[in-house]
Amino acid sequence: MNLLLEAAAWLADAAHWTGPGSVPVRVLEHLWVTALVVGAAAVVAIPTGVWVGHTGRGRTAVIAFAGAARAVPTLGLLTLLGLWLGIGLGAPLLALVVLAVPSLLAGAYSGVESVDGTTTSAARAIGMSEWQIVTRVELPLAAPVILGGVRAATLQVIATATLAAYIADAGLGRFLFNGLKSRDYAQMLAGALLVTLIALLFEVLLAAAQRRAARAARPAGQKSTSPSNPVFPKGPS
Amino acid sequence: MIEFCGVGKTYAGGTVAVEDFSYTVQANSLVVLVGSSGSGKTTLLRMVNRMVEPTAGSVLIDGRDVAGLDRVRLRRSIGYVLQAGGLLPHRTIADNVATVPVLNGTRRREARSAVVGLLERVGLDPSCAERYPSQLSGGQQQRVGVARALAADPDILLMDEPFGAVDPIVRRELQDELRRLQRELGKTILLVTHDIDEAFRVGDEVVVLKERGVTAQVGTPADILAHPADAFVRSFVGADRAERRLRTTDVDGRRVLVDDDGRPAGVLVAAEERRTAP
Repeated sequence: MNLLLEAAAWLADAAHWTGPGSVPVRVLEHLWVTALVVGAAAVVAIPTGVWVGHTGRGRTAVIAFAGAARAVPTLGLLTLLGLWLGIGLGAPLLALVVLAVPSLLAGAYSGVESVDGTTTSAARAIGMSEWQIVTRVELPLAAPVILGGVRAATLQVIATATLAAYIADAGLGRFLFNGLKSRDYAQMLAGALLVTLIALLFEVLLAAAQRRAARAARPAGQKSTSPSNPVFPKGPS
Repeated sequence: MIEFCGVGKTYAGGTVAVEDFSYTVQANSLVVLVGSSGSGKTTLLRMVNRMVEPTAGSVLIDGRDVAGLDRVRLRRSIGYVLQAGGLLPHRTIADNVATVPVLNGTRRREARSAVVGLLERVGLDPSCAERYPSQLSGGQQQRVGVARALAADPDILLMDEPFGAVDPIVRRELQDELRRLQRELGKTILLVTHDIDEAFRVGDEVVVLKERGVTAQVGTPADILAHPADAFVRSFVGADRAERRLRTTDVDGRRVLVDDDGRPAGVLVAAEERRTAP
């Protein structure tokens, strides 16, 4: 309890809210790293997943890849990349992209694959092009599952982005590593609380977005036939 | 007019869906392909809008080989109705019906304004336009499917087991309405079913298929009932079934038709008391 009060006092200290390395700067860095990583991973993973789900081609390869990528320990990968790329943001960004891709890929591919085959076949038979089937039928119907992947990936990245501070001067992880080095546990706990707060905020926002998409995909309360969220067993390393 | 010229379909694994099929669907007629599963009837239907590409022979529409036409444009020019409607669950009835005109470049508002007329045409209350498919019954969804197929005013309608998913009473109602629509609109309709009673009820001409698209008999329903070509057709149409074999008996001066089991099937009327078509 005492430590919590100390952390609260640390957070309340006005000196920690201005200047370089202050709380607002670290929060912004953390959000910026998260956005960059999830954005970059989505650009790669979502089109790939949609393509696989639509054509059914490369399914085995994608499942194998996603499974293997999920088993990679982020801290180990970060160390390896750090030795190769040196100090800076490059290594953590890359390591975090590897963390985010499997969730996004699985969400996109299982979402599109779960769309009822008779619906897409009917859309084709009445004269939709393949592109129109993807954009007007599969994406709207798969959106809840795809957003489930985005939600899982975002949360993993927010939590794990603390590792960026391991070899770069960025993000809320700085408070954790600084606190650890100087045995300033109040600072560590304050940093951890901030990460938790951001994670919860995004969880609430993305869950709401997912519910919205689900309502659009199944208006008028049709029964859901697909899981609203793919299961991602791996936690932040 | 749709011409099947020696079409066949063999799948990559060596499975033969259709061996060799030739037939011409005359313009403005309603032709039914009837057969059990494995007869290749759906494969034949789907060759017309290139959902299936024949591995032998060709399909001609008004003399033009469909293989030379753009697939997407061909499909938009042909109405397609399938079992359970095949509607888009995330779109309203109005948007579903307006799908093809919108794909063809008609403005959405304009296309939607035509929806009311189309829904009335297929016997639906236009107030359902803003509802979603899941809020409608199976029979209503099927009608929406027909309205969607008619929206771009195609010359040809393809119907794949269109009434398979609805109960017998609604099924019969929809069959009668299909006849009415055919009379009113004069489309060329090719319908596929496994139900011989449905084939006889709606078809101007019926093609009875054996396995792999082999034609067992072609003719009007009356022809086929009167002169089944062989034992296969005979058993398929149930020519020997009690309810197909009627005779008359005299009941208080009226001639009553009874089937082979003695169950009454109707009364025989003289030509002058025939009900005039509504």
